[in-house]
Amino acid sequence: MKKYLPLIVLILLAVMPLAGLAGLLSSYILHMIILVIMWSVVGMAWNLLAGYCGQVSFGHAAFFGVGAYTAGILHSHLNLSPWWGIPASIVVVGLFSLLLGLIVLRLRGPFFALATLAMGEVMRISSENLDWLTGGNLGITLQRTWVDKTNYYYIILAIAVAAFLVVKYLMRSKIGYYFVAIREDQDAAESLGINTTLYKTIALCISGALTGVAGAFYTNYMGYIEPSVVFALHDISIVAIMTVMVGGVATFFGPFVGAIIMVLLAEVVRSIPYLGAAHLTFFGILLILIIIFLPNGIVGDFQKIKRIFGAGGAGK
Amino acid sequence: MSLLEIRNVSKRFGGLAASSDISFTIQKGEILGLIGPNGAGKTTLFNIVDGFYPPTKGQVLFKGQVISGLKPHQICKLGLARTFQVVKPLQRMSVLDNVIASAFLRAKNKAEAVEIAMETLRFTGLDEDQDVISRGLPLGKRKKLEIARALATGPELLLLDESFAGLNHSELNESIEIIKNIKARGITIMIIEHHMKVIMSISDRIVVINYGQKIAEGTPQEIRNNPLVVEAYLGE
Repeated sequence: MKKYLPLIVLILLAVMPLAGLAGLLSSYILHMIILVIMWSVVGMAWNLLAGYCGQVSFGHAAFFGVGAYTAGILHSHLNLSPWWGIPASIVVVGLFSLLLGLIVLRLRGPFFALATLAMGEVMRISSENLDWLTGGNLGITLQRTWVDKTNYYYIILAIAVAAFLVVKYLMRSKIGYYFVAIREDQDAAESLGINTTLYKTIALCISGALTGVAGAFYTNYMGYIEPSVVFALHDISIVAIMTVMVGGVATFFGPFVGAIIMVLLAEVVRSIPYLGAAHLTFFGILLILIIIFLPNGIVGDFQKIKRIFGAGGAGK
Repeated sequence: MSLLEIRNVSKRFGGLAASSDISFTIQKGEILGLIGPNGAGKTTLFNIVDGFYPPTKGQVLFKGQVISGLKPHQICKLGLARTFQVVKPLQRMSVLDNVIASAFLRAKNKAEAVEIAMETLRFTGLDEDQDVISRGLPLGKRKKLEIARALATGPELLLLDESFAGLNHSELNESIEIIKNIKARGITIMIIEHHMKVIMSISDRIVVINYGQKIAEGTPQEIRNNPLVVEAYLGE
């Protein structure tokens, strides 16, 4: 049963918009589900780099934003369909990650994290000022392809499934073993013949490219991007981290669970009068609680949760 | 041609000379013991040989090729593996996965890596612990895991840094047996050890360093009777 669970979930996800045709699914709920899946992709990407390879990034907004602007600029400058941004962002963000890696992967641990944090901000400020390329603070507006959300839903679902398969395949192969070895002890990994610089760069490029694809999708889906949105530190970089921390670091399904909770939490909190603007405070409180009580996230500490809530309080 | 040649190697950390002008060679198939009082520069020498530190002066040659300046992973690929004195297991991985990770260096695919890893675990007597997460291993087994992991990279020369320290009597005997079996496979060994009985019994030759300088080299018998060595260990 457990073996077929991902398949069952996938089938349910695939037929779900039919409920929309029957009028059971509002456009608003579909929007939320699209956001959840999009954040799962970003979460999986962050998880690959930070969860498995141990390189904690505070700047995934840089990849998201470059992906988003790849789609936007293809449209605004070359008059191409912004959908070309999805394949293009794999190349563009992949190369961008490679360049970034040459600089930041020389650093380890917290220094790496700080360098990525800075990189995210550098990209935001650059895009605000490169008016000729990005349109500056006015952002880029484009005509959305469809009014109905169903097609967007299937596209992001396909991206998420592809991302999941990529991560799953990688983690079963030599590359996956090398990523985890680097996370556990970089010096030991190096002495075992693992080219740590090369494999960290691979992790960064794949993670960056996946995030970039999510960014390019975002441009197509929302029809409008601006630097302070797609390069946002708190709304992109930090949410990417939280999605994985809440769901479960270095687990296959953690990013999905985390994405559901983060998107719901953001929506619920934003709808509370007076407190809505303080949604980041709630994120902070949630993160503190997770770190104290479920350091491995909901998926990682699932046994612990079952013990606490299950079996009629058989535990303490 | 000797398997490893250390040629006038010096390493300075600021004003501290951790190694000064050390030269010696290792022949294929032998066990070379490296001894010296605490802080003599033994581990520093290992770190120079396997590429973690570049030497300030001098060269290290492996199979006739200069390897100083290469990175540790490149040196490992050439066939030189090491263990760490302070063991560095990949903590949140199982014992088997630890060894698979290093077996990938020579394996073409995962099945082959698993095969090499299992064979290595049986060889080092860790096969019963293959599913244990290595963070939970007792010290004796962690030391064995270090050896297993290094062996799985298929080395010609193995550097063992205090693989016997902290072991109890029966673990000690097991480890000595493993070292002898490694030698029987044709793998050359350079070993740092404080346990005199062990080092005297398993080494073919011994190099003694003190204050970063080589003070003696010879068979265990010669070393035992060398006045400089006795002085370094016992004082005047």
